[in-house]
Amino acid sequence: MTGVSEVRGRVAGKRVLVTGAARGMGRSHAVRLAEEGADLILVDLCEPLPGLEYPLSSREDLEETAELVRKQRRRAVTRVADVRDADAMRAAVAEGVAELGGLDASVANAGVITAGTWDTTTPEQWRLVLDVNLIGSWNTCAAALPHLVDHGGSLVNISSAAGIKGSPLTTPYTASKHGVVGMSLALANELAARNIRVNTVHPTGVATGMAPMSLHGVLSGPRADLGPIYQNALPVQVVDATDVSNAVLFLVSDESRHVTGLQFKVDAGVTIR
Amino acid sequence: MARLDGKVAFITGVARGQGRSHAVRLASEGADIIGVDICADIPCNGYPMATPEELAETVKLVEAQDRRMASAVADVRDFRQLKLALDAGVAELGRLDIVCANAGIAPMSFRELTIDEELEQWDAVVGVNLTGAFNATRAAIPHLIEGGRGGAIILTSSTAGLVGFGGMQGSGLGYAASKHGVVGLMRSLANALAPHSIRVNTVHPTAVRTMMAVNPGMTEFLQNNPDGGAHLRNPMPIDMLEPGDISNAVAFLASDEAKWITGVTLPVDAGFVNKL
Repeated sequence: MTGVSEVRGRVAGKRVLVTGAARGMGRSHAVRLAEEGADLILVDLCEPLPGLEYPLSSREDLEETAELVRKQRRRAVTRVADVRDADAMRAAVAEGVAELGGLDASVANAGVITAGTWDTTTPEQWRLVLDVNLIGSWNTCAAALPHLVDHGGSLVNISSAAGIKGSPLTTPYTASKHGVVGMSLALANELAARNIRVNTVHPTGVATGMAPMSLHGVLSGPRADLGPIYQNALPVQVVDATDVSNAVLFLVSDESRHVTGLQFKVDAGVTIR
Repeated sequence: MARLDGKVAFITGVARGQGRSHAVRLASEGADIIGVDICADIPCNGYPMATPEELAETVKLVEAQDRRMASAVADVRDFRQLKLALDAGVAELGRLDIVCANAGIAPMSFRELTIDEELEQWDAVVGVNLTGAFNATRAAIPHLIEGGRGGAIILTSSTAGLVGFGGMQGSGLGYAASKHGVVGLMRSLANALAPHSIRVNTVHPTAVRTMMAVNPGMTEFLQNNPDGGAHLRNPMPIDMLEPGDISNAVAFLASDEAKWITGVTLPVDAGFVNKL
């Protein structure tokens, strides 16, 4: 174990909560933050959710993220918890904070997506997507805030390009990601006096396990006319998870200490087209 | 009783297109009109400006609504010329309530330009679209405040005033910049004039069937750029709006139905901006 005094990096010594940490963007954020000196509380559901057309991560995935953090000689605490469950999130974060000795930031990254035209979209899909993406982000913030209110901190909530533009065929997802913006802007106002910053990150498409194949089916078939809405301005199809993690890192670090209420687009220009 | 009975509206670019449509529409709702137009070509613009005959035709159409119209030839880029015309109109018609800063040009170029040509186009489009909008509001605001009855200023922006498509030549960039600039003018004036109950809003039309959108240069461009063309299509199933579609929004914003509406960027765009 390296002593704290030797820690180097842009977030050296910070303790950061990341949800959806077992794989994909969550793992990428965790590893990138660890590279720059952070200790991590890693939370994931680690089991499938009925109603999604793609598998979710496993406990082995979560453990592998923890190993990747430890390879950077940083500490990692893992907890299996459902972001939809406020009590479970409070408990998981409190245990992690006890182990790491405090908390400096959270990254509400856990998210799910469903796809389909309006006439195939069900109330069950709405409830699932809003529950995980919107209320789950709130539960994450609410679990982190008791540990931040005395010394300030940074809440990073992962929205989407679909939190800025009307990305079609994923209506509950698009609505949930817009909701994350409203929640974050309101919290940014409420918490600014406490020196707690709240920002959102808006990625364009990233190749991760959150892969609704049916969306590609609709976009390459009956609603090909909607395809251009998903086209990036920059000549890139999808961005890397690390591209998004770099924005998260900036927002967790003190480099952004006066940045709040920002909608930080990492979207290859998809929202300006 | 019509929505605009007894009111007077000042409209720039009134000789044809959207300006004429606004004049006739506001007159049909009871307003008298003060209208100006340049009625002369702007050399670097790729399509002709309106003519004195077209201005006279607008006057006839307003009078056919049983309303009065004070018209003058004026270049919105020339503040003193514009102010003279407006002051004369207010003296003649007795008051001012509504301002439509509508005059605009889009000197699109579909070939390689010399830098001098490009600079000339930039100056012209920013001059007409942005400086012209400022000049119209600057000349009108003292009359509105003096009237003590509030008022409504409607600035015509564009979908190009909300999202970035202007290419990389001085003409298209000047159009995009001027139309975005109009939003800044609107937002600041909306705040500054709110205590006087003067409302300030922008409208953002997608392509409208006027000389600006339907001229040989533009048609050729769209035919030669099917990709850009497809992306620039409206989500709702309509190629081009009619001037009256925009006048509907203008008339609403001018009327007391919108009396608590200010600072709004109102797209009249068939979903165009929401798509981008």
